[in-house]
Amino acid sequence: MPELATTLPGRPAPPFDSVGQQASARRLGMWVFLASETLLFGAFFLAYTVYRRLYPEAWAAGAQHDSLAIGTALTGVLLLSSLTAALAVAASKARAWRAVTGLIAATVGLGVFFIGLKFYEYWLHWQDGFVPALHFTHADPHLDLFFVFYFLMTLLHALHMSIGIGLWTLLGVQAHRRRLRDEAAVETTGLYWHFVDLVWLFLYPLLYLVK
Amino acid sequence: MHSDSRSADPFGRDARLRLYKTAAALFALLGLTVAVYVLPVPAAWATPAGLLIAAAKAALVVAVFMELAGSSRLVRLAAATGALWLLILFALTLGDYLSRGALPAL
Repeated sequence: MPELATTLPGRPAPPFDSVGQQASARRLGMWVFLASETLLFGAFFLAYTVYRRLYPEAWAAGAQHDSLAIGTALTGVLLLSSLTAALAVAASKARAWRAVTGLIAATVGLGVFFIGLKFYEYWLHWQDGFVPALHFTHADPHLDLFFVFYFLMTLLHALHMSIGIGLWTLLGVQAHRRRLRDEAAVETTGLYWHFVDLVWLFLYPLLYLVK
Repeated sequence: MHSDSRSADPFGRDARLRLYKTAAALFALLGLTVAVYVLPVPAAWATPAGLLIAAAKAALVVAVFMELAGSSRLVRLAAATGALWLLILFALTLGDYLSRGALPAL
């Protein structure tokens, strides 16, 4: 295919013997990092489980104030962005840089849309007085606690999304200029992005699907 | 057999079709999640059902999108470690809470 550019020098960085070895070390390093991230989010999931067990009524009441439509749309957007990210990784392995650029742009667009919709939902919660510490206008302290978990977990997730959007943007610009220094970076960023998607897949039933 | 996605054209028709099919399955599971939630199932089952379907979605994302199915044993071990430590975190903490009667019994 003529659009396949060979911009990579194809030389591994020290101390690696080959580009393949470097890519495999990168992959392993990212998975180890994701294992530590699992525990970072895991601590929140654990605390959520304990308090939900203690105050099930408040949790059910709190989740009723989340919009099922918005939660489902957010999940759909993330799943779609995981598809474009996976396609971008596949395209980078084939060195189809034009496709990589387009797919990264789509991933970034979907990520930005997700953050926008999430903050729209925050704004709705603000209007209804469901923002703990800043604007909470309801009497039930346990309902307050549900929204503490809601905001901490979704904000930590949104922070990870923002970092992912930043990484994709950087790679997208490099791919557009055909100056991607390391094609394996697309794969590791993809792994990170999918992990952030995974976290949301569990946040969705825990924060939106409570009766 | 582990490196289908890497040995063949990584962005070829077959490779892309595999990703599209996975995404279609993920959206079908999302539809199922909503259906289970809006249908008159017992309230206590709403979240467990949602989590079960989330686990199925997660398995697809991890195996296909994150290519764990075609990864080396070392990478799979690193991935399993994260899940294992999470399991230990939950087992020890909930074991403590539940055995002391600090939480309503399951």
